[in-house]
Amino acid sequence: MIAAGSETPLSAPLDVGFDYTRSVGPVLGRFVNALRERRIVGIRGSDGRVHVPPVEYDPVTARALTEFVDVADEGTVVSWSWAAEPLAGQPLERPFAWALIRLDGADTALLHALDAGSAANVHTGMRVRARWSDEPVGHIRDIAWFVAADAPPDPAPTPPPPPVAEREDGEPVGTIITPIHLRYQHSASPEESRYLRGLAEGRLIGQRCPACRKVYIPPRGACPTDGVPTAEEIELPDTGIVTTFCIVNVPFLGQRIKPPYVAAYILLDGADIAFLHLVLGCAAEEVRMGMRVRAAWRPCEEWSTTLENITHFAPTGEPDAPYENFAHHL
Amino acid sequence: MTNLTDVAVVGFAQAPNVRRTHGTTNGVEMLVPIFAQAFERTGLSKQDIGFWCSGSSDYLAGRAFSFVAAVDAIGAFPPIHESHVEMDAAWALYEAWLKIRMGEVDTALVYGFGKSSAGELRRVLALQLDPYVTAPLWPDSIAVAGLQARLGLDAGLWSEKDLAEVAIRSRADAAANPYAQVSGHAEVSELLDAPFVADPLRAHDIAPVTDGAAVIVLASVERARDLVERPAVIAGIDHRVDSPALGSRDLTRSASAEAAGRAAGAGSAGPVEVAELHAPFTHQELILREALGLGEGVRINPSGGALTGNPMFSAGLARIGEAATRILDGDARRALGHATSGPALQQNLVAVLERG
Repeated sequence: MIAAGSETPLSAPLDVGFDYTRSVGPVLGRFVNALRERRIVGIRGSDGRVHVPPVEYDPVTARALTEFVDVADEGTVVSWSWAAEPLAGQPLERPFAWALIRLDGADTALLHALDAGSAANVHTGMRVRARWSDEPVGHIRDIAWFVAADAPPDPAPTPPPPPVAEREDGEPVGTIITPIHLRYQHSASPEESRYLRGLAEGRLIGQRCPACRKVYIPPRGACPTDGVPTAEEIELPDTGIVTTFCIVNVPFLGQRIKPPYVAAYILLDGADIAFLHLVLGCAAEEVRMGMRVRAAWRPCEEWSTTLENITHFAPTGEPDAPYENFAHHL
Repeated sequence: MTNLTDVAVVGFAQAPNVRRTHGTTNGVEMLVPIFAQAFERTGLSKQDIGFWCSGSSDYLAGRAFSFVAAVDAIGAFPPIHESHVEMDAAWALYEAWLKIRMGEVDTALVYGFGKSSAGELRRVLALQLDPYVTAPLWPDSIAVAGLQARLGLDAGLWSEKDLAEVAIRSRADAAANPYAQVSGHAEVSELLDAPFVADPLRAHDIAPVTDGAAVIVLASVERARDLVERPAVIAGIDHRVDSPALGSRDLTRSASAEAAGRAAGAGSAGPVEVAELHAPFTHQELILREALGLGEGVRINPSGGALTGNPMFSAGLARIGEAATRILDGDARRALGHATSGPALQQNLVAVLERG
């Protein structure tokens, strides 16, 4: 037995992304549709202050606000911080300032980027103006960034606009789309890492919970019943039974096998916890609870640290397990 | 309402604050040992816990339902009574406090965990911002804090030296805290000679990126007296939130911390001796001291505070745990724990604890 945790757990990059679509409603809708025309509108609060960007409800009285006010695309820096190494997705790829900017005609400040070349060129109170996107679409990024009010015109193109939602010709923008992409380093637990490394060698490694004595495959950082890590390592055979199953008839995005096919819980001989896999090698309607199956492995030169080394489980032709042998696993 | 049950903190445990763990993002590896410690310190077992509540974030983990996987660490069989907040676990503590206060249960275990190192923390935190007109620009957490810090510098409310002194005191105190990530001696001049990370902020102004977890056990006062010698009774607790419109707030003060502190009784019934403030940036400690009316006589962050270890989603809970520990250990009679969440101190929770 090799103690779990004696090797560095496996980890791999995990990139996740989603295009968030949001309906803008009457207040933010007014704001983004004005941006599309290279105009900026604010809204008057209960106390008479003009909020830019507009807020739907007054931050103090919570009253719904309705009085829109046009403001300038030029204003004054109220505060700033320097972004020496811009991060993915930020308005500029070269060093820039984040700035709170009070536009002329507004009483609150808008947070945006300020293209100034160096921190030495930025100061509180400096006058700035919007650098409009070459292709405004009705999104906060229609303002590409701000520049010093006296900066010469910049002929360089602005970054491409964010994606736009489909709408009827002549209709105002009702939805904004913001792509979000995040990168992580995803780690497997020490116990899962033992199991995944075993798979790369064509072995099925389970572990026993020291409290309830059940054998888990994959092994667990904590037994869900007892809250302690599984420890004692058990090598399991690649044979077992189908405890329960379903016949997949519905096509879906990313499906790799043509329906109908069977997704089943496979309980390996000697394990106490079943896992989900495919049962192929017979007609879907022939799959039964209690059916004996064996793993179908890919050629060993294709093995890596994944259960995909086993393409599916196939019937062995042995007699079915009696129901009472697996009833407590259902 | 009458006959509301008083609630006390009876146990606290935390995982070491570290830059990076090899563990999973569901926190199990950090939680299993600290649950065991919390049980050992209180003499309770999992069967004794009436309600479980956690704080964590799927955005931090980069996966869906990471908090459900974390429940494995409890060993949730027979089935348990459980809840979760997608916030610092100090807010989970508030929910658990309510459960006991209403007489539904007489014990609760609250935990928070976060593997901040899994992603790019400052960038992930941009997604806490208004999703229509702010987050699409990806202003990161340090950029936003820098805007707040400069407002105070420009207004003369604090100087760069004041900020460095907060860092120096925090790091010196952390030397006595075996769980801290950053500690040691430093001089103002040496800190101010360091380059800017995000002008006006330098490295010492910014809490480190920390993996960690924490757990607190709560009990009704009646039950608490059987468990520990000096329970830390929650004399007052409240939480408040400021507008998400960053540019319409006065960022040099914290109206929400002030309101939460007042409602929790921070300024009444005698001064607190110790305050643990969840300030991930040096200038935010100064804002919070002002908002909570903590004068020169109050010992601030004897643990070193979040500037010496800021495990996301448990650092606020740990502040309450550290404050409670002063009472549990007999070092203080009245202490304050504070937690924050969101950009530039947007949301604040204050708990005032007293020796029972």
